Amino acid sequence: MALDDFATSHGAPRVARLDVAPSPIFLLRGQSNMSLSIDANPAFAEYAHPERLVSTEWLAANLSAEGLVIVESNEDILLYDTGHIPGAVKVDWHTELNDEDTRDYVDGEGFAALMAAKGISRDSTVVIYGDKSNWWASYALWVFTLFGHEDVRLLDGGRDKWLAEDRVTTREKPSITASSYPVIERDDSVIRAFLPQVLEHFGKPMIDVRSTEEFTGERTHMPAYPEEGTLRGGHIPSAASVPWARAAAEDGTFKSRAELEAIYLDEAGLSAGDDIITYCRIGERSSHTWFALQFLLGFENVRNYDGSWTEWGNAVRVPIVKGIEPGAIPAGFGA
Amino acid sequence: MPPALAEIVEDFQAITEEQRLEMLLDFSEELPELPARFAEHPDLLEQVVECQTPLFLTIEVEPAGEHKVSLFFSAPPQAPTTRGFASVLAQGLDGLPAADVLAVPDDMPNKLGLTRALTPLRLRGMTAMLGRIKRQVSEQVAAAEA
Repeated sequence: MALDDFATSHGAPRVARLDVAPSPIFLLRGQSNMSLSIDANPAFAEYAHPERLVSTEWLAANLSAEGLVIVESNEDILLYDTGHIPGAVKVDWHTELNDEDTRDYVDGEGFAALMAAKGISRDSTVVIYGDKSNWWASYALWVFTLFGHEDVRLLDGGRDKWLAEDRVTTREKPSITASSYPVIERDDSVIRAFLPQVLEHFGKPMIDVRSTEEFTGERTHMPAYPEEGTLRGGHIPSAASVPWARAAAEDGTFKSRAELEAIYLDEAGLSAGDDIITYCRIGERSSHTWFALQFLLGFENVRNYDGSWTEWGNAVRVPIVKGIEPGAIPAGFGA
Repeated sequence: MPPALAEIVEDFQAITEEQRLEMLLDFSEELPELPARFAEHPDLLEQVVECQTPLFLTIEVEPAGEHKVSLFFSAPPQAPTTRGFASVLAQGLDGLPAADVLAVPDDMPNKLGLTRALTPLRLRGMTAMLGRIKRQVSEQVAAAEA
């Protein structure tokens, strides 16, 4: 999506941001044009984009704020219905964000229809939360970002933290006033990588966020999850192994910037300016890491390879490496 | 298919997908608690590792006669989909003769009209739950008759 399209669809003139170069990533920054106040929680100030997180305290205080839509997105399609944050709408990753026929996400029209049905406008502040340390919520946020929805934030700590603090939940479905949402074509060029681009990426950093057993090839599925029919076990050559949950603290919130830097910079070897690809099994766990790299550590070129291991591990003639070592870039690939 | 289970399947098939999910949620809330002899000895239960969320089950068969089957499940409240399916099996199969339980078609989970709404992974978990129940029934009947 071109920036001009966004400006047109968005209607009102945008606040000038002269300090930011007008690149596609511009849309991801969204600092000055957000419709609701930023959570001034000092714990977020150290992150590159603190405006991308809200605390449970902030959300509790803003539950009925004008222009806010709260979205719950879980792995379990029924979990929302057992009780959710008052006013929250459910977005199901499987039935609503994925295209039913093609292995892909919904298109611009599909996304516009979904947003309208959920009462989300282009200028809504969307706060997403979910189960499992926001694993699926991050995935939803990544898909919202493919469509350039500007003000989309995560509830730090997700569903579990909200419940652990005994905050109010309800089973009452919110009465949604359908909104109108412009048809914005998905932009797959900035934060999404496809298999051919991963092949071209050799020589630059990749982060494999699956479990160690999946990385080494000992197993092709998550521990305690069923076999999904991947033919080869292992990882993409040269990828560093950083299981996604390492970015999360015990309570499901993100770790501090210093802790994240120790993991991703010191251990995994990333450095400022790097062009990075993250992947997992189908792209959901790696959305969580994408979020941490992009918005908490401030890397500007991070793409999530959503084909991930269910594509790579089955694809013909793509190289893999088994074992705990990242492995060398295969001959004929890379710079 | 045993009449009680067939009736549940028919109920699911007669309604819309959204209503099916609501009904599955209702089932999830009706899953009985484990009796004390199992609640205090979780090691006696078998984990259905194919399920995405923790689900443990065990069965008992009457030692004689038709070897009537009792089913016991344990799954956390944050796993409503898994609980719902366990509850469908509990209500559809509990108290039936072993032969009737063994005769349930293996693809029964696919007949609830949820194959679009639920992911293949989840449906596979349900199929595995039924498969493990049938395996335990066979083993316990064989042991009872040995």
